Amino acid sequence: MSVMPQTTLPSAAAASAGVTAPSARPRRVRRLSGRDRLVLGVMVGVPTLIQAVLVWIPTLLSVGLSFTKWNGLDLADIRPAGLSNYTYAVEEYPPFWPALAHNIIWLVFLALVATPIGLLLAVLLDQKIRGTRLYQSVFFTPVMLSMVMVGIIWQLIYARNEGLLNNLLGTAGTPGAVDWFGDSDVNLWAALVATTWRHAGYIMVLYLAGLKGIDPSLREAAALDGANGRQTFFRVILPAMRPINIVIVVITIIEGLRAFDIVYLINKGTNGLELLSVLVIQNLVGAGQVIGVGSALAVILLVISLGPIVYYLVRTFRRAD
Amino acid sequence: MTATAPIAPAAGRPRRHYGTHLFLVVMAVMWLVPLLWTLYAALRPKAVTDKYGYWSLHGPLNLDNFTAAWSQGGMATYFGNTLLITVPSVVLTLGFASMMAFAVSRFTWRFNLTLLILFTAGNMLPPQVLAAPLFEMFKHTPLPYSISSSGTLLDTYYAVIAVEVAFQMGFCTFVLSNYMKALPSGLTEAARVDGASVWQQYSRIIMPLTRPALAALGTLEVVWLYNDYFWPLLFIHSGDRLPITTGITNLQGQFLLDYNMIAAGATITVIPTLAVYLALQRHFVAGLTLGASKG
Amino acid sequence: MASHNPTPFLESRLDRRTLLRGLGGGAAALAAAPLLAACSGGPAPSDPAVKATSVGSGLSDPVPRSAIQAMVDAFKAKSGATVKTNVMPRAQLVDNISSYLQSNPEDVITWFAGYKMRYYAAKGLLAPVDDVWAQIGGNFSEGLTKASEGEDGKKYFVPNYNYPWGFYYRKSVWQEHGYEIPGTFDAFRALCEQMKKDGLTPIAFADKDGWPAMGTFDYINMRTNGYQFHLDLCAHKESWDQQKVKDVFDNWKALLPYQDKAALGATWQEGARSMTSKKAGMYLIGAFIAQDVTDKEILADLDFFPFPAIAVEGTDAIEAPIDGFVLSKRAGSNKTAKDMLAFFGSGAGQDAYAAKDSSNLQTAKDANTASFSELNKKGAAAIADAKYISQFFDRDALPAMANNVMIPALQGFIKDGTIDTRAIEAQAKSLYAAE
Repeated sequence: MSVMPQTTLPSAAAASAGVTAPSARPRRVRRLSGRDRLVLGVMVGVPTLIQAVLVWIPTLLSVGLSFTKWNGLDLADIRPAGLSNYTYAVEEYPPFWPALAHNIIWLVFLALVATPIGLLLAVLLDQKIRGTRLYQSVFFTPVMLSMVMVGIIWQLIYARNEGLLNNLLGTAGTPGAVDWFGDSDVNLWAALVATTWRHAGYIMVLYLAGLKGIDPSLREAAALDGANGRQTFFRVILPAMRPINIVIVVITIIEGLRAFDIVYLINKGTNGLELLSVLVIQNLVGAGQVIGVGSALAVILLVISLGPIVYYLVRTFRRAD
Repeated sequence: MTATAPIAPAAGRPRRHYGTHLFLVVMAVMWLVPLLWTLYAALRPKAVTDKYGYWSLHGPLNLDNFTAAWSQGGMATYFGNTLLITVPSVVLTLGFASMMAFAVSRFTWRFNLTLLILFTAGNMLPPQVLAAPLFEMFKHTPLPYSISSSGTLLDTYYAVIAVEVAFQMGFCTFVLSNYMKALPSGLTEAARVDGASVWQQYSRIIMPLTRPALAALGTLEVVWLYNDYFWPLLFIHSGDRLPITTGITNLQGQFLLDYNMIAAGATITVIPTLAVYLALQRHFVAGLTLGASKG
Repeated sequence: MASHNPTPFLESRLDRRTLLRGLGGGAAALAAAPLLAACSGGPAPSDPAVKATSVGSGLSDPVPRSAIQAMVDAFKAKSGATVKTNVMPRAQLVDNISSYLQSNPEDVITWFAGYKMRYYAAKGLLAPVDDVWAQIGGNFSEGLTKASEGEDGKKYFVPNYNYPWGFYYRKSVWQEHGYEIPGTFDAFRALCEQMKKDGLTPIAFADKDGWPAMGTFDYINMRTNGYQFHLDLCAHKESWDQQKVKDVFDNWKALLPYQDKAALGATWQEGARSMTSKKAGMYLIGAFIAQDVTDKEILADLDFFPFPAIAVEGTDAIEAPIDGFVLSKRAGSNKTAKDMLAFFGSGAGQDAYAAKDSSNLQTAKDANTASFSELNKKGAAAIADAKYISQFFDRDALPAMANNVMIPALQGFIKDGTIDTRAIEAQAKSLYAAE
């Protein structure tokens, strides 16, 4: 499930909803009694400790391990290795560049195909058309499924002789039948189509919620000014949707970087489906444990991920200051 | 495509959307076909599909593959394991996250924003980044054999629960803190004047008001944890302790090339999520969009 | 500070009852925490009072799965011990063996002879079984005894069965077309060409899981450069970046046009089916192919021939991996586990296995070979006649080398016929040096 990014935006200013909840004026901790401060300390301390021990310290350890050589067995065997794991990954490890390229393709495909499909569906379904709820339910159903299930279900579509696709194309059972998940010329795209099946519905729901929150008077005003549908959308709606647009951009990028389950299910991320996340795991827990190299790859993935994460955090929390 | 994408018409002038409907129907069919094809394959006996191929209308439809997949695949065990992992994980996640959110949103102290940022960032990391250190940490955490047959945290539900909680907590804290910030400050002020302690303010005032958000997040987290593949894959090695989403891939190895059985197993696995979808769709959608929507 | 307003979705949906029920359920679950312990706890691994042990098996296909179960059942009946069996998909056991052995392994684990067994033994993840060998030693040939030793000379492995790799084919297909068994590489290629003309895929081939293609590599290397060179290359005593290795891939390249193009998306069973269904002329695979053949008629129609000679040593070397069992480190003092291993190393134990899976060949001298099929006898003779026996690349080489380097390298080669031996050598250097 790691693919579902658990990112959301804080709701923007509530002006348009007409609710002017008096903003909470948080109290200063200093004014609390000793006992209350203790309680508060525990309420903060326990979650923070969990978070630190299980998320942040391991992240730092990964960085540390990336400068060592280790086969993952005896702690005493850890030896310093300088930058050699990085040079190995970049210069000697053949799957590295394909994996990076695949991650970029993954990202670009989500950004240019999957996400726009979701946006289009949201915009269409936001109209007062008949059956909109039914359509929404249909497009949303795959969002409930794990990427593993998506992979298994699409396996049934893509199988060489048994699959629906080749039967529809009339090639099933012939030598011309394409093995959609097995042929490295097409399997990345086949996996992306399967991913889109789920991703588009996700984006649709988020965007639809955003569109529903748009103040109707904005549209009315635009209509009164004589703007047509498209003009209204691009000049009025889209700018008003800025906060959610940012979420969607970030979600798309993070999904592109966290993709793992579906390719691991198909063929453990080999033969055309190499992704950075899978290479990390192959080196870390596979039969051949090369912790240093795996950690170096993990750090590279981390550094790339920090870009969108920081961008998102800055956009989100700047206002809160 | 773009030609069929008009924007909502001005109020009071309903327009007919033939083009839009055509497009949506085509898309909806494409969206449904994978599910229907899976269901169809699952309902057909293997002997029939072997003889006539999967692209055929022959033969009876029955539930034989389902009963076979259920019993031969040991799916009951997988479902039980999912329950054992999911329920404590969700409860703990929401418990810790609500406390943290309460502390950062209702009080100001030196590092509250910093911590909130760290919590939020943590849950966006690719989980693979943490894999090796967590594995090693758990390997070196001794436990008595009475609670872990490995003698360590590896191959236990605790390991998976702990990491799920840590990972999901960031997201829930973030959402809940936004929600709590929006609750009027007068509520807790009044309680404080009446002598309510910090804990009472949390448990008697803020938490009851936060229930809608907790319900939405709870639904969302149940589905996410049900669907999680990676952490059990990393930490659990005993086949009879795997949760369903990780265990289902074993079925693929076991029913090699028997697409009917695989389809049946897949269908069974999908049923609980679809049930949640039908029963609690609004909570789920609310969870997803909580905070993401324009307020 | 801007005020934040939760989404309107929620306002309309405050179903308190659902919620309370949900929270109540959660509390109940927390109260049931001991249940978690009950489900993941177990006896201490070497509690002498309990006559219990466990088997971790990677034999997940239906036939060998039932065979291992039969073997375990026979031991249970004989000893009265309780034995828990954990069957994992083969790929899962093999791919995750390292983390599996470090976390919560069963006592006795299905495994293979070779460098990879010695590697984990040397890393202290396996327990020596010399006391078991004191009982079963007389049962095994010198070759098998040697193959069960670790680097330190102790025994770490109990053989169950072995099986030859060769070209399997259907006699009826060959009769129909009048094909002859090729003795040389040239004759072999001519045969492939003929099969192609006859509308067959000459060589069924499958490498989705990454390991099957190693069999082709092993044979071409042994036939091109000899057995010793092959083993030295596996152990990285020879460089990958040399003409001899390039020769191997040049020879293989001559075969690529005849191997099934769809190999990279197919499992070995799919490869087997393309041969047994007469779409392909032959299939380089192990004798375990018979496990996947349920039709008695086809089984009787199955035969094999050795990989033809190329440059050196004729066909003296054979790839005949030995499958068997190892004992995990912490089960080292479990008497029941060792008793079970001793039973598995006896004719009675191996016969219980072979009764369900007749594709492989029992290794114990006192095993009953009377039930051998013609194919079994031929396989046993081929192994007995061989001068050199290799295991398999992923058993003869460093695990990281086999998994992280060879799988992608061979898959790339199968895809487009290119191989970068310089890159392989660079990776090998780094990986072997890290040990």
